[in-house]
Amino acid sequence: MMRQWGARTFDCRSFIILMESVQALQEKLDLRQRTSINTGDLLFKNLTRFFAAVILVLVVLMAYEMVQSSGLSWKKFGWSFFITSTWDPVQEQYGALPFIYGTLVSSFLALMIAVPLSLGIAVFLTEMAPRWLEQPVSFFVELLAGIPSIVYGVWGFFVMVPWLRENVEPFVSDKLGWIPLFRGTPYGVGMLAAGMILSIMVLPIIASISRDVIRAVPRAQREAALALGSTRWQSTRIALAYSRSGIIGAIILGLGRAIGETMAVTMVIGNRPTISASLFEPGYTMASVLANEFTEATSDMYISALIEIALTLFIITIIVNSCARLLVWSVTRNSGAARS
Amino acid sequence: MSDSRFWLRKYFSIAMFTLCGLSVVIAFIPLILIFYRTIAFGASALDWNFFTKLPTPVGETGGGLANAIVGTLILVGLGCCLSLPVGVMAGIYLSEYGQNWFGNTVRFLTDVLNGVPSIVTGVVAYTLVVLPMKHFSAYAGGVALGILMIPTITRTTEEILKTVPHTLREAALALGIPQWKTSLQIVLRTAIGGVVTGIMLAIARAAGETAPLLFTALNNRFWHTSLGQPIASLTVFIYNYSVSPFEDWIAQAWAGALVLMILILLLSIAVRFATRSSLSER
Amino acid sequence: MTEEIETTEPPAMKTEIHSTGGDGRISDRVKISAEHVSAYFGKTQAVKDVSLNIPEHAVVAIIGPSGCGKSTFLRSINRMHELIPDSRLTGKIALDGEDVYKMDAVLLRKKIGMVFQKANPFPTMSIYDNVAAGLRMGGMHDRKKISEIVERSLQQAALWSEVKDLLYKSGASLSGGQQQRLCIARALAVNPEVLLMDEPASALDPISTAKVEDLIYELKKTYTIAIVTHNMQQAARVSDYTAFFYMGELIEYDETRKIFTMPSKKQTEDYVTGRFG
Repeated sequence: MMRQWGARTFDCRSFIILMESVQALQEKLDLRQRTSINTGDLLFKNLTRFFAAVILVLVVLMAYEMVQSSGLSWKKFGWSFFITSTWDPVQEQYGALPFIYGTLVSSFLALMIAVPLSLGIAVFLTEMAPRWLEQPVSFFVELLAGIPSIVYGVWGFFVMVPWLRENVEPFVSDKLGWIPLFRGTPYGVGMLAAGMILSIMVLPIIASISRDVIRAVPRAQREAALALGSTRWQSTRIALAYSRSGIIGAIILGLGRAIGETMAVTMVIGNRPTISASLFEPGYTMASVLANEFTEATSDMYISALIEIALTLFIITIIVNSCARLLVWSVTRNSGAARS
Repeated sequence: MSDSRFWLRKYFSIAMFTLCGLSVVIAFIPLILIFYRTIAFGASALDWNFFTKLPTPVGETGGGLANAIVGTLILVGLGCCLSLPVGVMAGIYLSEYGQNWFGNTVRFLTDVLNGVPSIVTGVVAYTLVVLPMKHFSAYAGGVALGILMIPTITRTTEEILKTVPHTLREAALALGIPQWKTSLQIVLRTAIGGVVTGIMLAIARAAGETAPLLFTALNNRFWHTSLGQPIASLTVFIYNYSVSPFEDWIAQAWAGALVLMILILLLSIAVRFATRSSLSER
Repeated sequence: MTEEIETTEPPAMKTEIHSTGGDGRISDRVKISAEHVSAYFGKTQAVKDVSLNIPEHAVVAIIGPSGCGKSTFLRSINRMHELIPDSRLTGKIALDGEDVYKMDAVLLRKKIGMVFQKANPFPTMSIYDNVAAGLRMGGMHDRKKISEIVERSLQQAALWSEVKDLLYKSGASLSGGQQQRLCIARALAVNPEVLLMDEPASALDPISTAKVEDLIYELKKTYTIAIVTHNMQQAARVSDYTAFFYMGELIEYDETRKIFTMPSKKQTEDYVTGRFG
């Protein structure tokens, strides 16, 4: 009898201890919120927490699915997948190097064109333009960002590519064809076209973020430079130096966008898995090969290889965007604080 | 000593600023060209048939992309079914309760999701929906678009809720209104304009997407029979038509591009208008 | 009885020149003259018809309650006021007789330096580069010469001994008082003739403030200084002449000694005795 009673008290006590520790754990997890005993509150908080968890689950699920499905290809090719350049679905030999090359080259080409232009625009908007001009110009720059990728693709394919093929590339090939960069027949489609169309697409991102970052530079910095007898451009350079990590963040964000861009690039790059030094030669990007060949992939190995490419793209964009966010985030958090 | 150097500096300053102005002009050239060409080529192929008729076989004129327009609306609608509850609720959580490690993780992952290329989202939707269902469907396309829309809606919801002044929440709580009612009826209602803006932004982005639909919703030259079947969409049609060798189809591709641009332009202007008026209130 | 000092031509001073602590080297020459200066921000008039003369090698303190146009007036002298959109200025300001608004602004600012209320060293540059910034931007590239000038400026700013081993550390890594002295060194490096100081010690602790005040004492042997301050004791300690501004108008301008012991206007008396402000 005693023991039984003792056991029950023990159970009650341990239950209370359990509930209290759950409470304490909950309070630890939500530092700022006092735990509510109101059922409505509890329900609502858990409901919203559930949906927030959905995002977590979603991302994990995405990664998991891709890792799973690419397992076949990974087991067969291992690391050589990334350094082989044969892409032969017939022989079931898959190497992703041409696509990685194409993605990187087209993206960097895009940046080389877009960055100076974007910075020029950002400086124009923050230092030069009177208020009545700054608003519409900003709006139009952001309008560029809203144009869908496919529209860029259609325009690029029907307007820009013929222009390159008939006017620009023959001219360049004539004068500078001896440089490996410009060797080859001008098809119009190719790496140059891809780089150019991408540059138009990343320009608004870099320009608008840079504009915001430069605008956040405290006036005192510019005034200090001017008071020393600097020209307006020199004081602008001081402002640019001050905001350089934010600008770098903006550039990296633009890079992230360029890497993942699909439709516009697919329509102008020529879609041939070759690696060439010439800008006139066609190329292939990771996103493009997925767009073109995914529906045609018949064998499991083929699909697995494609999904492995998708996974690579996924990881690369995560890394690039995380770096960018860290830089931009740290700038906007510490606006005004001195950094060394 | 400084005379010649002074003029050098002066002229250099002027030259650099001129270059900056030039870059604005250069950036505007493609913008103007794109608008011009799309309107020029697209308007000529745009007629009543475009909005009402189905695609006709090759060679026959008089076809349209009615099913594509409806298809896009349906796909975006399905995407909303997934992304609206997740996005708004998660945004509420992050703003009201999310100042902890879990919230920070979710915030980070939302940003990650935002940066994922849309084609990768398509691949994921393929493995998640198409493979189990064993065929392409509108559901798969909707899931892909929904995943794309979630980060935009979550982030704008969180941002806009954060701007609601703390004093408003405190006043409600001091009146004895429970936390959940405060968040839902008072805070959210105040911020609903911004939340809707975020949703419009997400819709604008989703409506213009092609890549994630390529192997989820696929395409359909006819009206869809059910949501479990492939469905037409404006973007995929534009893509297919523009790489085809047929003049009629290419003209329709331009028309489709024009319709798409106008739709997104209207949404963007509406968003701009909404945010501007709310900014001037602050 | 002294009145507001107004001039229409390079004048002889109406009162006897007597410094409150310098070595009597204030000259007869007028370094900066302001005639009927009014400054506007859009529709608001911040400075109303102010005329005064700043003699060479003098320290002139501009005092008055906050928001009465002192800083705006100071900033019109080296044409920083015009950087604000919608700003306007009427009247004439002259440096050594030459109209400041007819000169090139960039050249002018080499002759008239400014130290701001909150120290604003360039955070991306080292201490050395901060001081050298004005020189480099002005086109000087001779490393030896720059080194010499940097050392001289830091010594003039009484900062050299504290930072001579840290020259390559970031300008932002110093304490508040040191940063302000760094900004003073930076301004001195370009060898201006006039130094304008806009409440230079208001953000500093008493020890740093004392150091900055000692600095001003030393600097006036070489430069002409105008300092805006809301700290009356500071004005009394440091300046030879004091101008009292109220609501954008110059109420009284005279030797510091007179302003603080026998002011001629009642408003001045009320302010310096602390009855308002």
